Amino acid sequence: MSSKQIHEMGVAELAAAIADKKTSSVEAAQALLGRAKQHESLGAYLSFNQDLTLAQAKAADARIAAGERSPLLGVPLAHKDIFVTQGFPSTAGSKMLEGYQSPFDATVVAKLAAAGAVTLGKLNCDEFAMGGSNQNSAYGPARNPWDTDRVPGGSSGGSAVAVAARLAPAVTGTDTGGSIRQPASFCNVTGIKPTYGRCSRYGMIAFASSLDQAGPMARSAADCATLLSVMAGPDIDRDSTSLDHPAEDYTRLLGVPREGATAAQPLKGLRIGLPKEFFGDGCAPDVIAAVRAALSEYQKLGATLVDISLPRTELSIPVYYIIAPAEASSNLSRFDGVKFGHRAAQYDDLIDMYKKSRSEGFGPEVQRRIMIGTYVLSHGYYDAYYLKAQQLRRLIAQDFQSAFAQCDVIAGPAAPTTAWKLGDKADDPVANYLADIFTLPASLAGLPGMSVPAGFGAGGLPVGLQLIGNYFQEAALLQAADAFQRATDWHLKTPEGY
Amino acid sequence: MSLNLSDIGRIAHLARLEMPPELAERLLPQLNGFFDLVEQMNAVDTTGVEPLAHPTAVIDHVSLRLRPDVASEPNNREANQRSAPAVERGLFLVPKVIE
Repeated sequence: MSSKQIHEMGVAELAAAIADKKTSSVEAAQALLGRAKQHESLGAYLSFNQDLTLAQAKAADARIAAGERSPLLGVPLAHKDIFVTQGFPSTAGSKMLEGYQSPFDATVVAKLAAAGAVTLGKLNCDEFAMGGSNQNSAYGPARNPWDTDRVPGGSSGGSAVAVAARLAPAVTGTDTGGSIRQPASFCNVTGIKPTYGRCSRYGMIAFASSLDQAGPMARSAADCATLLSVMAGPDIDRDSTSLDHPAEDYTRLLGVPREGATAAQPLKGLRIGLPKEFFGDGCAPDVIAAVRAALSEYQKLGATLVDISLPRTELSIPVYYIIAPAEASSNLSRFDGVKFGHRAAQYDDLIDMYKKSRSEGFGPEVQRRIMIGTYVLSHGYYDAYYLKAQQLRRLIAQDFQSAFAQCDVIAGPAAPTTAWKLGDKADDPVANYLADIFTLPASLAGLPGMSVPAGFGAGGLPVGLQLIGNYFQEAALLQAADAFQRATDWHLKTPEGY
Repeated sequence: MSLNLSDIGRIAHLARLEMPPELAERLLPQLNGFFDLVEQMNAVDTTGVEPLAHPTAVIDHVSLRLRPDVASEPNNREANQRSAPAVERGLFLVPKVIE
């Protein structure tokens, strides 16, 4: 055993310790399961299957004993409960899917399993990934380990908590309008949403199909790169929107200075664009201060800062909240109480069965979004809302292309505030939607985006620096995040008691 | 333009959701508050702008693939019906639809 305990190790360290037989996958899985149960009050996990986890770990140990080496072999991970996973309930944080047993694995789950990763359990999230606080989970909120009276963000809230509280070295998340980047920001975690279409959506319980994208969350950009290299890649027969781009090694630029740069200034030549709309009155001063300090660090690494504009940033809110609920209302029409999911116990006829089953199975925010989506897609309103929003979506995406003529990466806060108190904004949907302002533009454009721990704001709460790259520039984004993490230690800070 | 209670009832029926009066009363101002926010979309002239469905289509042509129309999945009826609310002899049970 090395001097570090298992839960203190990130992915690379733990994989090395397992490969060098300083510990085993079984020992690591046992330690992390024990720790997850010890911290059950954080609400990070929704389910475990200890026998299956240990069987997977044993199989990984056998592969190692046979001489196999690979970066995730034997490493225990956990999945957001949006990914269907055989052997575990797959609930999407909804009563509608309580106890649902999927007959197949999501492609992302299958790829990580084939690489030898071990599944610790399923992670809490907002119901059907709709929310930014994890308070919309039917199974109770998750708590932010930096202040357990506060939300961890969402919708990948349980994912962020598991990484921040050292209950798993890395996890999967999904991001439709910021659901990886915002909880990563609230919990001092590193997370990346790749270009739309990079990761297969097969087996990701659908929320908004033209926006949903999977990505990793971990303690460092380097660990995220390792996971993403396994998760991404074309899935031609199973996801019609999966991009036919070859799989990449996203670790290839880590620790490598940019072309023409030096080891002392590895990011020399990198132009970082700062959208003025991200640094205005709408952003809390403590968040701006932490982000500005991180940007100064980037200047020391050789980057230059360029003022840019994303003029339709505010417009992203209505555009997103038309498109996403429209697609959600269509996707969630499959929950009719017939083939799977909740069915009401008492009903008069078929229509009554549909209505009662859906009203009992879906929580308030999901029902709200179904109502919005149904209305904007209904006869006579489609052009005024959905089509109009898709036209604006193109303009928003074009704004980014104009901006990328002046810079290589765009940076700003991931969220306008740090984590808020549990219960705040609970019954105010519009207030919740407005809080997504900085993550929605890149989501609508389908661009890769990250949140990187940037320091702390008032009350010692974490602040995330959002980095947005152009299409397919994940490796360069991870290089920029990794260079920052080699020069700083914000990402290594652990909440007290964990 | 704002919604009224009878709109809420109509939309709920289309969405196959139950809408008791007290819920409709609570939902109405929330949805109208949301659609106030949406109003700003109308201020932008989008004449001639092509709607964007797949985001990377902004830089490159994206076409949705078709695959050959052949069965690609094995018969997996038992596993597929394991989470069904009501099944009898391999069939999904629904309430009587035709009198």
